Amino acid sequence: MTLVLAADGRPLKASLNRALRRQKLRALMLIAPLLIFILVSFVMPIADMLFRSVENEIVVETLPRTVATLDGWDSESGQAPDEDVFTALYFDMVLATEYKTHTRLGSRLNYEMTGISSLFRKSGRGVGRFDTDTYTDAIQAADPAYADPAQWAAWMADDTVRAALPMTANTYDAWAAMIIETEEDVPAEEVPWNFVFTSLYLEVTEGAEPPVALDLSGVPLVSLRDQFADVDEDWLDPEVWQVVKIYSPEYTNGYFLNSVDRFKGAEGAEVRPENEQIYITLFIRTMIMSGSIMGMCVLLGYPIAWLLANLPARKANLLMILVLLPFWTSLLVRTSAWKVLLQQQGVINDTLVWYHSTWFGQLLDPVFMGLLNICYAFVNVITWVWNVINGIWGGTDGLYMDWAVAGFERLALINNQTGTIIAMTHILLPFMILPLFSVMKTIPISYLRAAKSLGATNWTAFWRVYFPQSVPGIGAGCILVFILSIGYYITPELVGGTKGVFISNRIAYHISSSLNWGLAAALGTILLVIVMGLYWMYDKIVGIDNVKLGG
Amino acid sequence: MKTTMKLMATTCLTLSASLAVADGHMANEMTIVSWGGAYSSSQENAYHIPYAEMTGVTIINDESSAEAVAKLRAMNEAGNVTWDVVDVVASDAIRLCDEGLALEIDFDEQLAPGDDGSTPTEDFGDLLVSDCFIPQIVYSTTFGYRTDLVGDTAPTDVCAIFDTETYPGMRSLEKRPINNMEWALLCDGVAKGDVYDVLETEEGQAQAFAKLDTIKDSVIWWSAGADTPQLLADGEVVMGSTYNGRLFSLIEEQDQPVAMLWDAQVFDLDGWIIPAGLTPEREARALDYVRFATDTQRLADQSKYIAYGPARASSAPLVGQHATLGIDMAPHMPTDPANATNTFLYNYTWWADYRDDLDAKFQVWLSQ
Amino acid sequence: MSALPAYATTGQRIWYYSFRVICGLIFFFLIAPIVVIIPLSFNAENFFTFTPEMLSLDPAGFSTKHYQDFFTSSDWQLALRNSLKIAPVATFLSVSLGTLAAIGLSQSHVPFRRAIMAILISPMIVPLIISATGMYFFYSNPYIPTPFGRIDLPFTLTGTYWGVVLAHAALGIPFVIITVTATLVGFDQSLTRAAANMGANPVTTFFRVQMPLILPGVVSGGLFAFITSFDEVVVVLFVGSAGQKTLPWQMFTGLREQISPTILAVATILIAVSVVLLIVVEMLRRRSERLRGLSPA
Repeated sequence: MTLVLAADGRPLKASLNRALRRQKLRALMLIAPLLIFILVSFVMPIADMLFRSVENEIVVETLPRTVATLDGWDSESGQAPDEDVFTALYFDMVLATEYKTHTRLGSRLNYEMTGISSLFRKSGRGVGRFDTDTYTDAIQAADPAYADPAQWAAWMADDTVRAALPMTANTYDAWAAMIIETEEDVPAEEVPWNFVFTSLYLEVTEGAEPPVALDLSGVPLVSLRDQFADVDEDWLDPEVWQVVKIYSPEYTNGYFLNSVDRFKGAEGAEVRPENEQIYITLFIRTMIMSGSIMGMCVLLGYPIAWLLANLPARKANLLMILVLLPFWTSLLVRTSAWKVLLQQQGVINDTLVWYHSTWFGQLLDPVFMGLLNICYAFVNVITWVWNVINGIWGGTDGLYMDWAVAGFERLALINNQTGTIIAMTHILLPFMILPLFSVMKTIPISYLRAAKSLGATNWTAFWRVYFPQSVPGIGAGCILVFILSIGYYITPELVGGTKGVFISNRIAYHISSSLNWGLAAALGTILLVIVMGLYWMYDKIVGIDNVKLGG
Repeated sequence: MKTTMKLMATTCLTLSASLAVADGHMANEMTIVSWGGAYSSSQENAYHIPYAEMTGVTIINDESSAEAVAKLRAMNEAGNVTWDVVDVVASDAIRLCDEGLALEIDFDEQLAPGDDGSTPTEDFGDLLVSDCFIPQIVYSTTFGYRTDLVGDTAPTDVCAIFDTETYPGMRSLEKRPINNMEWALLCDGVAKGDVYDVLETEEGQAQAFAKLDTIKDSVIWWSAGADTPQLLADGEVVMGSTYNGRLFSLIEEQDQPVAMLWDAQVFDLDGWIIPAGLTPEREARALDYVRFATDTQRLADQSKYIAYGPARASSAPLVGQHATLGIDMAPHMPTDPANATNTFLYNYTWWADYRDDLDAKFQVWLSQ
Repeated sequence: MSALPAYATTGQRIWYYSFRVICGLIFFFLIAPIVVIIPLSFNAENFFTFTPEMLSLDPAGFSTKHYQDFFTSSDWQLALRNSLKIAPVATFLSVSLGTLAAIGLSQSHVPFRRAIMAILISPMIVPLIISATGMYFFYSNPYIPTPFGRIDLPFTLTGTYWGVVLAHAALGIPFVIITVTATLVGFDQSLTRAAANMGANPVTTFFRVQMPLILPGVVSGGLFAFITSFDEVVVVLFVGSAGQKTLPWQMFTGLREQISPTILAVATILIAVSVVLLIVVEMLRRRSERLRGLSPA
């Protein structure tokens, strides 16, 4: 077998492979800058946000000693933990108060149990006034060396003292770090605070060897459990401790449970009481409303795309401007324009009232009412589907249509689901028309004529010949509109009222008002997973590189 | 490929160069965060313009007060605080102070004494609700109604909002539990002093929701301060709650057929905080600005432009006439004795605890 | 569809005309909000309401004061300047990087083409609120993840000009990729080979042969990217600060805090700009078809 050689004398196969590799490399080199750019400016931020939905370091960072000792507490006991845990809590709390991290932890835990926020705030104020100063006084009275800051610093640098008094060494170190950071003082010039003396007292009474002998037999124990209970009785409530224990790991699925109306109980996930369930309903509502918007877009977009695809190019391009103009007009402006149009004293209602007052209005009223009733029936079907789905989920929230038309009353077209659907259909319609149009342009109209000449009626020709060929366009448009609409935030916020808002509005609320960023991230993650699923479907059905934006 | 490299290189260069510029925060510029709208322009006229003239500092206005706590937290996490002075409501100030995100102020040292010689602590009195918060105005959330849509009997009682028979039509209420729950209980026969005790119980919350249920179908829920004035001007609602200064501007400046219903107005405070973690130089300038902007005369000046009561007692006698309309401002202040016959005090600490919980319930209730 | 043949039956005629009427109504639906904005922007009052004076066409009901407000208010002018400073740079970034990548993607052998494409299009697909919050956290405190832990970068992007530009560039990229790859589908690769044959180096080939032909795609991708940045409000609200407030930011806070028809005046101006841009795109498209030898019909 003779080896085919390329011009440079190498085997042709190797040469071709090399060329192919070079070509691949060149393509990748061209793509690389953008890929890196997108990874850094877009993908990383999203990954970072997803991470926040499970991250829960705040508890163990703020109360490290408490979390460690709480391991030994039996949450089934029905009792608050014993003295050890409260001692650890005392140390943690004094430090957290100085670092001002205790209220932040309080608000974090308040998401799980109402009242913890004020419990922490109160305790932060109270913890500096505990009776532990009796220890300090007694120890300093027993030997004045304990009132000397420099002496303390020397002891705490001595490994034998540290080995004898591990807990005191630990609290002293934490105290020293805090003094340097928050008070900007030198530890060797300050007498340690009461909590350092407390740990010294506890260790000495348990038989540890202090650097200078101490007799503390006459000093009574101050129960920190009682001290905390004095500040707020809730500290004796085992449920509070249960929450602290459940949320002590560095990572939690608690936010995800919250975002599906569950909470993390002692035995795992539990369902929230009915009057606190919102998210599942909101997710389903978001999906159903996006579905309705998608349906409306198909209904309105199909005829337009057909017209544009079958008109002569010059006319079609002119009409295309009518499609693209709203597409390029500020979203905020279009939304506020819909407000002006749709409100009760707005343009549409005013026109209807004027129309009713004219003689042909009176004459044509039955027709008009008939049309409205057809719309109403259509909406009722959606309502029915909604309620069936909702029944499966056990939700309580029905879909309410505010579109009941009684007599000549002004229609409620805004601040409800109707408003959101109308405004968003308008905003997303171009995203339906453009892909439909680009598909329809490739369908030769002669197929229709051929069908007709073979004896098909107009309807059969359309339905059996034209329509199936336009289905890829419908698919592309539908998924695009659906994906875009379930993530919408601004328009529902402005025209949606209370029942026309989407899950994104809740995400925004948790980011900027309630500051429950973990929950926002968890809701966002779920939404992202749904969108990515649809995106994957879109890729399978249409292919990502087949997205067209006009022409 | 060469172009790629070139492009990348130039991009990197420009990026790093401009980042270096961004780091060296211009020395003569300060960012003041406030609420926007008429409120910001009253501050512009009363504080920013004279201060800029006096010191030559350029003031950049940011209208992010609604997201102040969230943004300050993120800035603090990032260790890059870009704001110098922030206007917030008292409850946010308390939260920021608790979390160490706001600078603690030594009021008597760092603020100007009153014109009448009183110390700042005496002058502000009870309004100093937090160590970080320098009060600026007293405002109230209250109701306005369309005079042409309420018939012959103008409402005088806050419970008119629940009376859909005498006053048919829509009303606008804020899309949050705060204030609405209190009004509902007040109109359901709960004594003023017991409102928060009742609201703490499940039954009390159910009672409030049941009362709100009676008008649920006739409520448009607002979330931005500008909503109710627009809805009133359009005749979309018969009555609605909003901040009293907004109603003043609607009635007196825009000349709309609307009147105030001062009954059971809820007082709240608004004022300045200085973010923690500024460089000493920026901190000094922020303190200097705040000292200037909260002296007796400046606080009284602000009331020329907007109907909010100055937070200093010593400013009250200096409250004069509206800057352009020439009407006396005192009768339009929420604190004016004629308006303040029945007021309600908003309980900051209570809401700090119950906000998340009640909000979740409120949202569920809304969507039912 | 184009015209009604002379032999059409009555039924066909009725269908033909009623179809046109339906389409007309849908077009009206598309354009109605824009039609409403323009007269309202000349409102003499400070609300979004058609006053009785306006309806009776009384000149007293109209004024240009909202336009004056736009041109004299320092806040609006700052917003306009910022928009004009941010959008072109973001567009430049997305167009330059996007075009190169699109050319890379259109080569015949690209490994992981689908996956890469999916990542590049994702900014258009991921809900804005998610992108915005992600960027808000990450840009506040950017870091590089490495297998050994994260390296925090010594600067922050939130509240800076470049933060907003980067975010907007990322959002604009899918549009550039989509339009440019679509143009490249019709691009005849033998032209670059011919150029190379005649001794042109790749850079010359790119700028002298390929670029002029795909330019319309690049420009319309750029226009989409520009509009994305120019009309974007969610991300800028999170990532930006007052120093970078753009027109949509100012409109949004305006809608929230003080409803003033100045917003509508701005919108009217922007609509006018959009019309001009649309006509430019249309002209470019025709030019492209002429150049590529496709007949417009």
